[in-house]
Amino acid sequence: MIHRFRDLLALEPLTADELGFLLDQSKQFQEIQRHPLKKLATLRGKTVALAFFENSTRTRISFGTAASRLGADTMNLQAEASSLKKGESLLDTVHVLDAMKPDCLVMRHAASGAPDFVARNLDIPVINAGDGTHEHPSQGLLDALTIRDRKGTIENLNVTILGDIQHSRVARSNIHLLTKFGCRFNLCGPAIWVPRELEQIGPAGASIRRTSRIEEGLEGADVILVLRVQTERMYEPSLSTDDYILLYQLNAERLRRAKPEAIILHPGPMNRGVEISPEVADGPQSCVLEQVTNGIAVRMALLFLLISGATDDGSQLAEEPQPARTEAANNKESTHASH
Amino acid sequence: MLLIKNGRVLDPAGKIDAAMDILLDGQKISTVATPGKIPQNKDTEIFDADGLIVAPGFIDLHAHLREPGQESSETIETGTRAAARGGFTAICCMPNTKPVNDNASVTRFIMDRAKSSASVRVWPIGAASVGSKGENLAEIAAMKQAGIVAVSDDGKPIATAKLARQVMEYCRSLDLPVFEHAEDVSLAAGGVMREGVTSTRLGLRGMPGAAESICVSRDVQIVELTGARLHIAHLSAKASLHQVRGAKQRGLPVTCEVTPHHFTLIDEDVVYDSRFKMNPPLAAREDREALLAGLADGTVDAIATDHAPHEPALKDVEFDRAPFGILGFETALALALEQLVHTGRLSISRMVELFTAGPARVLGIERKIAAGQPADLTIFSVDRSWTYSVTESPSKSRNSPFSGRTFIGGPVATVVDGRFVHKM
Repeated sequence: MIHRFRDLLALEPLTADELGFLLDQSKQFQEIQRHPLKKLATLRGKTVALAFFENSTRTRISFGTAASRLGADTMNLQAEASSLKKGESLLDTVHVLDAMKPDCLVMRHAASGAPDFVARNLDIPVINAGDGTHEHPSQGLLDALTIRDRKGTIENLNVTILGDIQHSRVARSNIHLLTKFGCRFNLCGPAIWVPRELEQIGPAGASIRRTSRIEEGLEGADVILVLRVQTERMYEPSLSTDDYILLYQLNAERLRRAKPEAIILHPGPMNRGVEISPEVADGPQSCVLEQVTNGIAVRMALLFLLISGATDDGSQLAEEPQPARTEAANNKESTHASH
Repeated sequence: MLLIKNGRVLDPAGKIDAAMDILLDGQKISTVATPGKIPQNKDTEIFDADGLIVAPGFIDLHAHLREPGQESSETIETGTRAAARGGFTAICCMPNTKPVNDNASVTRFIMDRAKSSASVRVWPIGAASVGSKGENLAEIAAMKQAGIVAVSDDGKPIATAKLARQVMEYCRSLDLPVFEHAEDVSLAAGGVMREGVTSTRLGLRGMPGAAESICVSRDVQIVELTGARLHIAHLSAKASLHQVRGAKQRGLPVTCEVTPHHFTLIDEDVVYDSRFKMNPPLAAREDREALLAGLADGTVDAIATDHAPHEPALKDVEFDRAPFGILGFETALALALEQLVHTGRLSISRMVELFTAGPARVLGIERKIAAGQPADLTIFSVDRSWTYSVTESPSKSRNSPFSGRTFIGGPVATVVDGRFVHKM
């Protein structure tokens, strides 16, 4: 199988097969993270433009590291240092970047849909590294990879998302990915952050329920995704932090409502002692550091697929080692046969 | 002399629907008679309207011409050329220019510019409050003397119930309608589209339909206090329409208009493309159904475009950052035919009423085809296939979600003051 899309803007339009393919591809790159020598020459000579129009540390470093471990060079644009501050439009800014001939643009932006808008205006592949309150596709993929590693499957699990879901792009990407594998969602948080429309954003027949009671929300959970309280995206008068801790903090006592082998994900950065208690954050069920490691694998897979796919010369890659090559080629064959 | 021959003359106010010839003598209609009965001399210009509909000149109650102040997006000249192509013979321009049309000298500037450069009649709407800031009453009487036909703080609502009451009391004594952009700004704050499943899915900040209907409810109650003529601009929500219907049933002087984009598109059509961003935003499926019913049953008085040009440099940006509004003149009639007439929801006559007698009634004037009436006519086809291409528009802006759409029927010729201002 080969991806249908030139860009990776969202997980919502992808099928379960395509999502499964991306996860399988990522698995190849997970192994490299365990090698003493992690650098490949797969994308040598290629350039990845990292345009972060919104602050980011871990995602930018993760994409940058992924590019470098594939042998690609990076160019970095950060909003503070850019001419956006001088009044240049987003379109002009990305056209200038494009004129420096990168092979792929990874972008983050505070406005939902900004990567779609840019992708319509550029010929190179665009990867959405998080747009507003829309999606964060690579985070959704790395979360799924982490779940699959720990639980052995991503099918038919009970997933609880805890917190400010209305303003969370991570929640949306997780819902769009995991509902396609039959996972059932419990969305739990203060009612103003969990609007009823969220029950309908998944595919037809998806099980997405809401509750404002954490005990109910955690009942029988296999996976708990704890979200950071994002004050920077809220228009409403914010809930008081004390109330939030009182009602929604994931602590050891509440965790007992979930299945004993339940795992805990957090997209970071974590507010210890707010949405999650330190003992839970550091406990055996927490996967937060695996998520970070898996993030690099997923982003290597995405860069590899979109950039090598974009060359379109059939040869794909030249250098060794190429962990993803064989499978990608085989899958491509079978896709052509079946579509 | 201009003779429009063999057309199907359709005039809801004059109760005409028949093949007729119309002779125009300068600025007035001279004769309306059965085909072949009007004698013609060799100086008479003849237009054969065989197969076409000849209607009273269309009136648009709601447009933004951007002059003075934002001439890179539109001018009175370019906007009215687009209006003429859309079949409009008179357009009301909203006061949110730079400076705001809140005093007689700005009104006179607009009237003067219209006189020297406009293709169609330009009827300015004055601001209700100084600078449309929602604090003090604008010099409404002086603006009326200079030519305004209504008042509005369009772009935003009249800020408070108290000010709305003052404006309405005052406008009642001046016999001017108050055009309201109904919006509870606290409920709509930060919103870029209608709140619903689509806004939630797209992660775009939503505004609920109640943001509009709460303000309509407030204003209807102030009409009960004041007896002023209230006109709800670009009504989009089912609950707002319900308020207007109730007010009408109680005999209150409340009217409303609906835009072609609100009766054509819904929030589910929104993608990350600022040509789908307008205020009020595209509403829910059930709102559109209610608007279609209201257009048919008489609750809605007029179709108005809310023509809102924004030059590409302003509009081709992130959805969140783009200004609200789309072009409207050139697609209004074609969308009305497509959505209302060809679907069997409205008769052609009712549709024509929504572009002519309906808006005229809102302004307190007449619009019909009869000897002595102004020589303004809109001639259109109901069966010619054509494709709208915004790149060919005389407008300075390109913000239409309908570019590339193929229509069945549309404007063919527009006559203002006895002269063609547009002819295909």
